[in-house]
Amino acid sequence: MAAGGDCKAVSIELGHFALILACAIALGSAVGGLLFWRSGQRLSQVLAQASVLQFVLVAVAFLAVVQAFVVSDFSLKLAADNSHSLKPLIFKISGVWGNHEGSLLLWILILVLFGALVAAFGRRLPADLLNLVLGAQSLLVVAFGGFTLFTSNPFARLASPPLEGADLNPILQDVGLAIHPPLLYAGYVGFSICFSFAMAALISGRIDQAWARWVRPWTMLSWIFLTLGIAMGSYWAYYELGWGGWWFWDPVENASFMPWLAGTALLHSALVMEKRNALKIWTIFLSIITFSLSLLGTFLVRSGILTSVHTFASDPTRGLVILTILAVLIGGAFLLFALRASSLRQGGLFAPISREGALILNNLFLATAVGAVLVGTLYPLVLDALVGTTISVGAPFFNLTFGALMAPLLLILPFGPLLPWKRADLVAAGQRLAGLAAVAIFLTILVSSLGGVSISLAPLGLLLGFWVTFGALAELIERSKLGRIPVRESVRRLVGLPRTIWSTALGHMGLGLTVLGIVSVTAWETELVTTLNPGETTELSGYSVTFDRFEQVPGPNYLADTGRFTITAPGGGNKELSPERRIYVASGMPTTEAAIETYGFSQFYLQLGEPLDDTHVIRIWYKPYILLIWIGALVMAGAGALSLTDRRLRVGAPQRAAKPSLEPAE
Amino acid sequence: MTRLFSLLALVFCLAVPALAVSPDEMLDNPVLEQRARDISSGLRCLVCQNQSIDDSDADLARDLRILVRERLVAGDTNAEVEQYLVDRYGEYVLLNPRLNNHTFILWIAAPALLLLGLSGLILAVRKTPFRGREPALTEDEKRVLVELSEADEGAARKG
Repeated sequence: MAAGGDCKAVSIELGHFALILACAIALGSAVGGLLFWRSGQRLSQVLAQASVLQFVLVAVAFLAVVQAFVVSDFSLKLAADNSHSLKPLIFKISGVWGNHEGSLLLWILILVLFGALVAAFGRRLPADLLNLVLGAQSLLVVAFGGFTLFTSNPFARLASPPLEGADLNPILQDVGLAIHPPLLYAGYVGFSICFSFAMAALISGRIDQAWARWVRPWTMLSWIFLTLGIAMGSYWAYYELGWGGWWFWDPVENASFMPWLAGTALLHSALVMEKRNALKIWTIFLSIITFSLSLLGTFLVRSGILTSVHTFASDPTRGLVILTILAVLIGGAFLLFALRASSLRQGGLFAPISREGALILNNLFLATAVGAVLVGTLYPLVLDALVGTTISVGAPFFNLTFGALMAPLLLILPFGPLLPWKRADLVAAGQRLAGLAAVAIFLTILVSSLGGVSISLAPLGLLLGFWVTFGALAELIERSKLGRIPVRESVRRLVGLPRTIWSTALGHMGLGLTVLGIVSVTAWETELVTTLNPGETTELSGYSVTFDRFEQVPGPNYLADTGRFTITAPGGGNKELSPERRIYVASGMPTTEAAIETYGFSQFYLQLGEPLDDTHVIRIWYKPYILLIWIGALVMAGAGALSLTDRRLRVGAPQRAAKPSLEPAE
Repeated sequence: MTRLFSLLALVFCLAVPALAVSPDEMLDNPVLEQRARDISSGLRCLVCQNQSIDDSDADLARDLRILVRERLVAGDTNAEVEQYLVDRYGEYVLLNPRLNNHTFILWIAAPALLLLGLSGLILAVRKTPFRGREPALTEDEKRVLVELSEADEGAARKG
């Protein structure tokens, strides 16, 4: 026991034991919380402590695996299969979740983290509600912890450990793997809180505005993570896959996009419920849907059903078990919903032209978009199973159906924040937007005439993008009385606005920026595929590209064919670019590393192709304003974070009038 | 993690290191070549996961790209080229499914959902009894009003 190796060895078993213990505690919490939720404060104190304990135990289990990866303990099967002693530290750590077992463990870690957070911040919740929420949350821990322990044990040992690990897939040896899955998982799993709250409301039969006020920050938090996770994944694929695509409508992408859409709808419907005590049943329904889609996003893609190439799901029993768990959880939730939803008191009346009316339209379009993406993703599968006909549903279909649903949503979006609750005047809102609409139309005409209309829908897309981006400012302008009072006064008013107002404006503006980026790159991207020899020069969109020389450079665990290029921008100024083609020594696998140069919001994307008759194939793209796509997503996420800091929405903040925390009067 | 799966799927396409559309495949006639690119981006690489043959690195995709160009040079229209490939590989090859008996539900789903939702909303609005049942302001609304006016006062005082 004294030797270091022995201690290492023991930590794995310790981790295994910790996970078993966490599941056992979760089982107790689930039974206690869901069956005896009326027991009040004393039970909720115990459950809160149990939630924190679950988190500590799963963290121990997770760290045990991380440690085995870091010290390259290849007696752990997972490390032997997925790690390598020469790998940089960050990829050793990220390699923990670059595989089925480890990613499940990460998923559970985040699940219990959220449970512990609810326990920590939930002391002001009614005890009955807290009992139910923590009980439901623990039930999820039992289901997925059990799945991990019984079918996907990350702690399995090898009797005779290899001297060296099999290494991680080279494509995954990227900082993207270190960031993307944890963000995405935090988003997926965060929605489990909404799910647990929905279960609690259905079981207790009580749901009110306080419920919505409670659920909204958690929804927002998860939505922020999911937004960042999807954006990060998109950018990762953009630079790593080597042909500059940023969204493919791939089933696995759709699987992450659907919870995002549903979560966005949930954010807006919870707002109606919080302010107007309406849309209760719909909000509950959306909470269940959103988490169900998150579960689909995580697990359906690896059940082996959706696509056959997912190596993680090679074991059919595993797929069957996970499908059973999904069916029981989601089916159970909807059964409960069907039985109990009618018992919830429906409240609130609404006029069609009002803030709540606009938010309901938002929900209509977002929910339909979720439906469209879901049908498009699953249809080939169902058709194949029922009729035996195989068809493909790819990007053209999704672009058409999704685009057609988003266009009207973007059109009405700027009106929403300008309409007062209860009853509104559409004409008044229209008058306030007229100036901004003029700006959007002017910019659209300007850009279209400068860029040329390569795609007939491009001007419409631009108009929608500018309209949403600038329309988002309308409420800020209105509230600051910009132009009607001295500028200094307006700035003061702007600074003093509640942060939720800012967050709404920025969030919508971020969406507009993303739309602009998408339209711009779709309509005005230029591409050049050509052969080039060292010493030769070619040109694209005013940029001249010179192939200086070709080198073969050995990397740490790969050999690289490297091209050295010089790019000269139209305004002068040279940039060196070095795209590579790598062959990884261990696996013999080739990868391409594109070289990207950023000019403002636009990017120049250079890829070194395969050799062709003594020359080199070069692919060059100029992607105008492509960065707006991800900047828009960052702005949206930032806006969400800003709204979380608003005092009235902050988790656990006392619900009373905010004290003006501003400077005393002059 | 989803992107991870895409990347893993891509590994299968990378097994053969030939990359997407290459200069030696391209046609000299720029109009025909552009048509070939347009058609290619709507055809599925049959051995990849959800990639068009225009993007794919697989050998089969390369064969299909060359085939598309051969048909175009032979004088086929875009529709005829697509039909030619459908005859050989089935409708699976089309990324944008055709509207027929098999895909009717697929194409009708989104508009139907939207109409269903809209009509539900219209019904709900019609059924809503005329206002006046509720007190003018609920307690919560009064509180919000107080908060807002205080926030405004704060802003005004600051100014």
